[in-house]
Amino acid sequence: MLLDAKIPEAPIEHMWDTHREHLRLVGPRNRPHYRIIVVGSGLAGAAAASSLGAMGYRVDCFCFQDSARRAHSIAAQGGINAAKDYRNDGDSVYRLFYDTQKGGDYRSREANVWRLAELSENIIDQAVAQGVPFAREYGGMLANRSFGGVLVERTFYSRGETGQQLLLGANSALAEQIKAGQVEMHTRTELLDIVVVDGRARGIVVRDLVTGEVRSHAADAVVLATGGYSNVYYLSTNARGCNVTATWRAYKRGARFANPCYTQIHPTCIPASGEHQSKLTLMSESLRNDGRIWVPRKSGDTRAPGEIPEKDRYYYLEERYPRFGNLVPRDVASRNAKDVCDQELGVGPTGRGVYLDFRDAIVEHGRDVIAGRYENLFEIYERITGQSPWTTPMQIYPAPHYTMGGLWVDYNLMTTVQGLYAIGEANFSDHGANRLGASSLMQCLADGYFILPITIGDYLSRHPYGDVDSKHPAFGEAERGVKDRIERLLAIGGTRTVESLHRELGRVVWDRCGMSRNMEGLGEALKIIPQLRDEFWSNLRINGTGEHLNQSLEHAGRLADFLELAELMCLDALTREESCGGHFREEHKTEEGEALRDDLDFAHVSVWDFQGSDEAPSLYEEPLTFHALPLAQRNYKV
Amino acid sequence: MKFTLRVHRQLGPEAPGSLVQYSVDDISPDTSFLEMMDILNEQLTAKGEDPIAFDSDCREGICGMCSMVINGQAHGPLPESATCQVYMRHFQDGDVITIEPFRAAAFPLVRDLIVDRSAFDRIMQAGGFISVHSGPKPDPNSVPIEPDTVELALDAASCIGCGACVAACPNASAMLYTAAKVSHLGLLPQGQPERYERVRNMVGQMEEEGFGACRNYGECEAQCPKGISIGFIGRMNRDYLRASLLDPVDRQGKMVPQ
Repeated sequence: MLLDAKIPEAPIEHMWDTHREHLRLVGPRNRPHYRIIVVGSGLAGAAAASSLGAMGYRVDCFCFQDSARRAHSIAAQGGINAAKDYRNDGDSVYRLFYDTQKGGDYRSREANVWRLAELSENIIDQAVAQGVPFAREYGGMLANRSFGGVLVERTFYSRGETGQQLLLGANSALAEQIKAGQVEMHTRTELLDIVVVDGRARGIVVRDLVTGEVRSHAADAVVLATGGYSNVYYLSTNARGCNVTATWRAYKRGARFANPCYTQIHPTCIPASGEHQSKLTLMSESLRNDGRIWVPRKSGDTRAPGEIPEKDRYYYLEERYPRFGNLVPRDVASRNAKDVCDQELGVGPTGRGVYLDFRDAIVEHGRDVIAGRYENLFEIYERITGQSPWTTPMQIYPAPHYTMGGLWVDYNLMTTVQGLYAIGEANFSDHGANRLGASSLMQCLADGYFILPITIGDYLSRHPYGDVDSKHPAFGEAERGVKDRIERLLAIGGTRTVESLHRELGRVVWDRCGMSRNMEGLGEALKIIPQLRDEFWSNLRINGTGEHLNQSLEHAGRLADFLELAELMCLDALTREESCGGHFREEHKTEEGEALRDDLDFAHVSVWDFQGSDEAPSLYEEPLTFHALPLAQRNYKV
Repeated sequence: MKFTLRVHRQLGPEAPGSLVQYSVDDISPDTSFLEMMDILNEQLTAKGEDPIAFDSDCREGICGMCSMVINGQAHGPLPESATCQVYMRHFQDGDVITIEPFRAAAFPLVRDLIVDRSAFDRIMQAGGFISVHSGPKPDPNSVPIEPDTVELALDAASCIGCGACVAACPNASAMLYTAAKVSHLGLLPQGQPERYERVRNMVGQMEEEGFGACRNYGECEAQCPKGISIGFIGRMNRDYLRASLLDPVDRQGKMVPQ
């Protein structure tokens, strides 16, 4: 099967408009006949479910949390990009497109990125209309800040909780549709399989996490807005519940998985303090606007940071990248932090940390200005570490944060399974090998508010509604599969806890498929992971039953899928013999140690097709084209 | 560090509940409260007992999922913190710590420390929104908003919907939650058209859910992890009073898809 991305034939700046004008529509009177399942209630899911509901479709929305509002989009701190050019600093759709393409290291699909840049403006308009309180200037106009990897100020923000405010906006729209009866919300309900009938996604099998009931929901289309898979590393900035199960089930049902090795390691997180650590906390990247990153010049310098004079401080980003300084893109910042720590210049109890220092910014701008920008971030930091950034530099270290890889989708956001869509972080298309800061919120909302609600109609209009219900044998079969798996998990009766196995997997993947990768390490990982999987299926211990709320069982099901995904990640990383964005292969670097792309052989999306549990997956390639922005080596030095 | 824990265990809403005593030792002061619970659960699992069920997700104080009453205080002893932001260094070595769920008639117990807070969602659904559909909108700078107004709205909008206000209130009142939601939208120009209808509907739903009345104890503000001011309750009361004095406008209903 050929991968048809359905990219419209039109100049890039007219592509989306042309495409929209030629899509088939479902009329308002027919929409209530169509039922759509949206899995996930974060920015992408809530935006899609509310928009579809408002159009008149019948929507079932699912989340595993106790309320739709708790989806992990809520934790995004810094902001959301939009090419509004309110600052008159030369911003434009082209420039946002350019920054995203370049930031993604030319591994994203041009057409999708352009559309994202184009829609960015509408998102701000939409959010403000919903009552999202973005920061304003004294005259009442919207305020902006800058973010890593760009030379303009285009980021809109609400203190350090932009994600929460945007999600509350989307969530309020969802609440309106729930009240109107257009959307039915299913909380504490987890997707455990996807039902495909005659090549079309026709529903899902879920488990009610409170009663343990396994049941089916049928629909005319299924939308996955289930986020990313950073928790494969166990320690990440993701919420504890974030998991790959929905997208992994889709993969096993025929949706192809694209670029699983593209993971983003966020440069500014609080370092781990010990073995008990259950997650890592991100400090917004916006801190890099005013904070200066440094380490002592000499290894083993144990003086308190305040006592280290200027000449003994190594502002390594400013020295290495004079033009961007502390605002280089995330992958560059992360790798450089690892590099200085590998040279034993790192600080803190573990030696895996660098300073992020606000001393100069406080002197230059005054305490009030800095408080206005970062007060709550400083508070979060102090609460966790017991140290105040007002007097002591923060310590930061990179942590897994976002996954650019995900289900392959065409220009309509449909996966390779007909009628199965993937939006937000769950798909792969817009961020290439590395995502720019403040772009994830943008992509989730562009997908959810503006793209999917239009493109899904094109698919639905070609099919009759409600022709398959959950009495179809395919549902019974899928339900049986789900129940069997739960019983298998409960019956293992070994000695290892889910937590300990997950920790172990995390260490393997972090060491060998984390910030930098090499052939040897990946080869090892590909040997260890199947052993770990055997250990899981033979020596796991879960107490309790499946007939009531059982959090170990939930976690075990998710870990079982991570144990399979981890292998695909490493395989993908091994196959991609180049360095690009978040994927850094030590064998492929410039003399200065920078990532070295191989555009001749790897300017493509790697798309993996599941062939069966005991078979190796097949690899397909979607070639990437570069018309609007010709290929260039990414360089943040000049 | 070493602790004795008295944890509320209950299989389900109808099952009897009781405080069960556990002890944990060798806990680092840098362990978070929930990580300490994870360690305890690991031990329970190894012993063949059911681990303690508790809600938590983001573990950075923003999702509002974690919900424990620790030594009688919602989210524990640290001011303006969610349970997940409490660290063991905030306790003394050897402390006896009592851990209970967020109790309220409107928050039925699910299991152990987990309660059902869907009543909050229903209050939101009753009117916690600005009716606006996805599509082209006017440029947001066409309506300037004073930064102070936005900041005040944001103070209210910072509510993480955890339910600590209800758990803290002797009357299990949800006034602070509802007031925060009402005020966030009611303060902004975009929220004006539905301002009075919103407050009427949301307060109506709040009462229907069986939350208690406000008696100005002030415990909600004191235990709110986001420090949301009870000043918003006064604001909501003024809006509610005005809304109840106004005759309901008999409009022809909103546009709904056919």
